[in-house]
Formats: sequence, C-alpha cells, structure tokens
Amino acid sequence: MSSVLPLSGSLRNQLAVTLIGGAAILAVLLFFVVRAYAAQVAQQGQDSILVASAASILDAAVIRNGQIEIDFPYSAFSILNTPEDDRVFYAIHRDGTLLSGYQNLPQPHIQPQDTKTIVTERFRDETLRLIRISRVLVGENLRTEVFVTVAQTQDALSVTLNTISRTVALFGLGFFVLSALLSFWATSKTIDQLTRLTTSITRRGPQDLTPVDKPVPVEMVPLVTSLNTLMGRLDQSLKRSEDFIAEAAHRVRTPLATVRAYAEATLQRVSREENRQALRSMVHAIDESSRAAGQLLDHAMITFRADHIDLQEIDLVEQVREMVRNLSPIADMRDVTFDLKTDSDVSIAGDPILLQNAMRNIIDNALKYAPNDSVISITVQTGETISITFQDQGPGFPATQIGDLTKRFARGSNANGIIGSGLGLTIAQEVATAHGGTLELSNKPEGGACVTFTF
Amino acid sequence: MRYFYLLATVIFGLLASPIMAVDWEDQRVFSGASPSRVLRILSSTDTAFFEPIIESYLQDDPTVTVEYFVSSTSDLDTIFRQTPKAFDVVISSAMDLQFKLTNDGYAMKVANLPHPDWAQWQQSLFAFTTEPAAIVINKNAFSAQPIPQSRQDLILALRARPDFFRERIGTYDVRKSGVGYLFATQDARLSETYWRLMEVMGSLQARLYCCSGDMIDDLESGKIAVAYNVLGSYAAARAKTSKTLEIILPSDFPTTMMRTALISRAAQNPEKAKNFLRHLLTIQAGGAYENALTLPSLMSRQDPNGQSTIDLTPALMTYLDDLKRATFIQEWSNAIIQN
Repeated sequence: MSSVLPLSGSLRNQLAVTLIGGAAILAVLLFFVVRAYAAQVAQQGQDSILVASAASILDAAVIRNGQIEIDFPYSAFSILNTPEDDRVFYAIHRDGTLLSGYQNLPQPHIQPQDTKTIVTERFRDETLRLIRISRVLVGENLRTEVFVTVAQTQDALSVTLNTISRTVALFGLGFFVLSALLSFWATSKTIDQLTRLTTSITRRGPQDLTPVDKPVPVEMVPLVTSLNTLMGRLDQSLKRSEDFIAEAAHRVRTPLATVRAYAEATLQRVSREENRQALRSMVHAIDESSRAAGQLLDHAMITFRADHIDLQEIDLVEQVREMVRNLSPIADMRDVTFDLKTDSDVSIAGDPILLQNAMRNIIDNALKYAPNDSVISITVQTGETISITFQDQGPGFPATQIGDLTKRFARGSNANGIIGSGLGLTIAQEVATAHGGTLELSNKPEGGACVTFTF
Repeated sequence: MRYFYLLATVIFGLLASPIMAVDWEDQRVFSGASPSRVLRILSSTDTAFFEPIIESYLQDDPTVTVEYFVSSTSDLDTIFRQTPKAFDVVISSAMDLQFKLTNDGYAMKVANLPHPDWAQWQQSLFAFTTEPAAIVINKNAFSAQPIPQSRQDLILALRARPDFFRERIGTYDVRKSGVGYLFATQDARLSETYWRLMEVMGSLQARLYCCSGDMIDDLESGKIAVAYNVLGSYAAARAKTSKTLEIILPSDFPTTMMRTALISRAAQNPEKAKNFLRHLLTIQAGGAYENALTLPSLMSRQDPNGQSTIDLTPALMTYLDDLKRATFIQEWSNAIIQN
C-alpha cells in the first residue's frame, strides 16, 4: 500500500494542456482568418468607391464638335473623402495622351476581356490603390478610347485594418480565455469523478470489501467492475480462509480434548517416572494446541465481528471488573494480584464480546509472563481519549521486536516454555482497530510490560 | 547632365531667386530685435491684415526676420510650385489651390497640432479663418431703392436699372484670381442663379478684377456700384472707415471659404515656420493676442445662420481639372463677356 507507484504523467494536465493548446491554436487561426477576411472586405469597400469615382468621370466623357469634354460631377472626388485625409490622384488619357490630371501616374494595362483593372502601386512615395477603366467613344468620323485612372492612398484603410486587427485580437483573446476556463472546468469535472471514487475507496475501513455501488460514469464502469470483482474475490478468499481456520480449529479441539482426557487418565495409572514425564509433556503439548485452536477460533470470530461491528453503549469499568473477577482464580493460583484503578462509570460505544476477548488476551499474556507473587495493575483513564493500561512486573517485551508483536503468530524471543499461539496481541490489536482505536506496546522503565488500549 | 540640371535648378532657386524676378503686389520685411534667421511667407493676404500677427510673433521670438510676399492667389500657386524652397509658409484664400498643393506633396506634415479635424487636411493644410463671399454695394447707388439681400434680388435690381448699372458692376476675373474661381465654381455648383446673374452682369458689361482690394477701391470711389463675391473680411475692414460701403451676405446661400496655411516641405526654416503656424492658429482660435485678430477667426463649421463652409475635401480638386476648368471658363466667358 505504501509503495510509490511509478507515474506516467498527470491525466488532468494532459487533458488541460490538450484543450488549452487546442483553444490557443483555434484563437490564433480565428485571428488570422477573420482579419484576412475583414481586410478583404475593407479593401473591396475602397475599391468599389474608387470604381464609382472613376466611372462617374468616365460617364461624363462626351465628344462635342470633335473634342472630348469631360464635365465630371463634384461627387467624383467628394466620395473619396476619408477621415484620414487620403490623398487622391487621377489621370484622364485619350489613346495614350494625357488629357488632364497627374502626369506619370501608373497606367496598368487593362486585360482585353476586362473593362477595368485594380492594382496597388507606388507613386510619389506613397502606396496607392489604383483603378483604371476605359470606354470607347464614337463620334462623327471619330472613334477613340478614353482611360480614367483614379488612385488613393490607403491611410484610412490601414486605420480600419488596425481597428479590425485590434478588435479581432481582443475577440480571439476572449475566445481563448473562455475556452481555457471551459477546459479547466471540463478537466476538473472529469477528474472529479475519479477523485470521488478514490475518496470513497480510501475512506473504507480495512475490512470493508463490499462492492462500490455508487453510480459512476459509463467510461469508468469497466474499471469499477474489475475493482468490484477483485474485491469480491479477495473478500471471498479471506472469508474462506477464516472459515477454514475456524473449522479446522474446531475439528482439532474436540479430538484434542479426548486425547488429553486419555492422557490424564493414563497419567493416573502409570507409575514409572519416565512414563509420567512423557505423559505430562504430552498433556502440556495438548494444552498448547488446544489453546492455539481456541485463539484461532477467537481470531476468526473477531475478524467476522469486526467486519460487522455491532456498537452498543457499555460500561467499560464494569467490563473490566467482570474480566478481573473471572480471571482472579487463575491469578490466585500464582499469587498474582490485580490492582484495578478506575474512575466510576466510563461508558463507551463498543462491542462487549470483542472487548472482553481483547482484554482477556492481554491479561492472559500478563499472567503468563508475570512472576509469582506480583501485581498486575489495570488503569482505566478518561480524558481527551479513553484508554485502559495493563501493566505487569514481568520481563517486558523484547525491545527489538516490540513493533512486530501484534502480527499474526509473532512471539517474543523470551516466550520459550510459555504456552502461547502468537495470536493474543493480534486479536487485541484488531479489536482496537475495529473500535477506531490503537494498541500500544511499551516497556516500563522500572521493568514490566505495558499495553495501552486506546479508544 | 542630370546633376548639372539639378544643380542649375538649385542655384537658380536660391541665388537668382525668382523672388527678385516677381512683380510682387506687396513685399515687406519685419525684423525682430535680434534677427538671425529669415522666415519667408508667401501670402495672398494683404499685408495690413498680417502685420499685427507678424508683429506679435516677433515679440515672442525676436530672433527671426519675417519676409512677407504678397501676390494674387493664382500667381502664388504658380510661384510656389516653381520654387517651393524659397518659402517657408504659404498662406492663401484659394482653398482649392492650397488643397492641391498639399495633395501634390508640397506641404510638410505638422503632427499633433490641436486643431479641429474639419479645419485641417493631412495634418499639413490648416484653415485659420472663416470668410464669406459678400455682395458689397455703394449705398449711394441704392439711396431710393431697396437693398438687395440675395442673388435673386440683385438680378432684379440690375434688370430694373440697366442703364444705371452699365459698366458699374464688378466681380472677380476668374481667369486671373484663384479665390474668384473658387467662389464662382462653388456658386455654380450650388445654384443655377449664379449663371443667370452672370448673364445679367455680362449684358451690363461688368468690370472684371484681379483682387478684392481693387474692387473695393472702385466701389468706394463710386466707379462701380455693386461688387459681387468680394472677400467679406476686406470689405468689412474698409467699411470701418468708409460710410458708403454696405456688405450683404446673400441670404439664399452664402459661400464661405477658409483661409489656409501650409508649411513648405522644402522649407529652409521648418521649426520657425511651425512656431509661426502655431502662433497664427492660436490667434485665430480666439485665444491670446486679441489685438492681433484682424482677420475673422475660425468659426465652427455650421454657424447659427446655417452658413456652410466649403469643405476641405478632395472634391476641391474637381474644378482644378484642366478639362473642367476649360469648360467652366468657357461657359463663364460666354456669360460675362458679351461684346
């Protein structure tokens, strides 16, 4: 669980970068496309005004008495007025000779199939938009072509383009910002689903292997289904092994009791010391086995109850007193006395059977390791947290193993010759965990082991 | 060869200086207290109107000597086009010619002058007065008759006493005067009445003048009784001293022009020219130097009487077109010269 998984980048970052990058590219694309289009439209605007101007000049051309007269309207030039005061140039040619207007104004060639040509030219240090149109005039014995060229600088156009560029840039930026915000929202919304699933699984107790039943998005169904299947299998295999242990212990205990009874009976009958010794050893071993079987049963029961813990209001002090009362006969046999210090009435929410089991295992341990004629003190403390401390005057826990003693079947290195299965502290630990508490092992400086059960 | 030609032009432009060759209407030199530079102003405005403006400018900047050359509007255009280097500031009442000078690139850009948009073009051509074209009469000629208030009235008045007015009407010779041509074309553009008036004036052998000043002189002396399209500002100045003159702004439609100034792109003294221009615009905007305000100030585009000003737009170039000009002069001549 605590091992660090190798990372392959962040899903959130990948998603956000892709979306925002896409938005940025789109915004830039938008800027260039719209600007190019707007520039084209603006240029068409200028062009059509130039065409109108030139056309109104050309329309005024007439042949009178063999002479060309062009009495063009005032509007021909007044429509060319712009806010940026663009300069205007024009020229009127007849078959290549200048009739009036500006000399040297470029005269782009008009394609035969066209009636006009529009170009951008340099003239007098200015960039001009220049239009040239022509018309054939027919008079008596006269056929002549008149060309009108009208040109205008592009200051107003470039101001318009700048305005457009600025507007479009702002628009693009706005689009980008909105898209970015949307991307962040979409990303976090997506990742949120994953986070919620993670949280709901993380929050579970260590024994909770029930399937996830909250609704999940379609895309996550395969993941959650596999997870549920995995947990189901795990749960089943755990239960099976617990059942197996309990069943095995149960099956072992009954024959062991029979064997022990026979051994006891035989011990009464034999008189040879070596035979009696062998039988005593046999009884001792049978006791140990039967105790281990009992504890395995206990453990299996605890695992089951911890999964479905049934909390009820109980009086902790009364529980402890009862336990001390029950164990007093055994303690008396070894001249061990209990010293119980409690406040009156400490009530907690807990499972009485689990708690008794845990306490019995802890006190059992203490009794096993306590020297004859010693005191086991039991203190119930209330305060910020409620805890019970069990303290004996025995050899204490081996300092190097103190962290591992609550593991299944772990026994202290000083346990030689003492009956035990290595499950007592494991059971106490699991009960503590099931109650949302902790079990803490320590050694007293003045000697003796100390077990603190905190709720 | 090309360089030689260029060199010759430059030398001719600077030394042989056409300034000397031209027969100026007036030519004055105003010296500051400690002159080190010369500012040459080419103008169509009579010196009397500019004297106070120049004097007040020289008070602010005594390091300048101002040479002030006066010529008619059309001569001014010709002279300046030939020698743009010889002048720093060009001032004229012929808006169209000034506009074309600017469009043709003879003017220098003066950026960031606080001047209204409608009164400038290309940040190069700056209008600084608003002056109507007026009908000016000698009151003695109308002692018993109602004074005409419009062109139509004038036509009727002239027709009523043809013998009285024969050879006693004056107007600009549009062939010689740039501002006269501007007034005439604008009148013709706006109303057919103009042509009828010209017909009537032609039938009465109208006298043709090069300049407003001459017309007002003859009017004052009684040589003529009516002058049409006289610069209102000149007439107003003269009317202060002469009781016989009356100025009529035609009520049918007034033609109002703006006197404009530009700085030559080839100016020898562009900084001083800009200073002078700033000074001129400040005075004419009705700010400081109230005493120097001898010309009408620049008024907003549309005054309460509905007087509309000729706009500074490319349309001003319409009647400067050779073909248009030839056609117009032909028509005008046909109308007014009926010998």
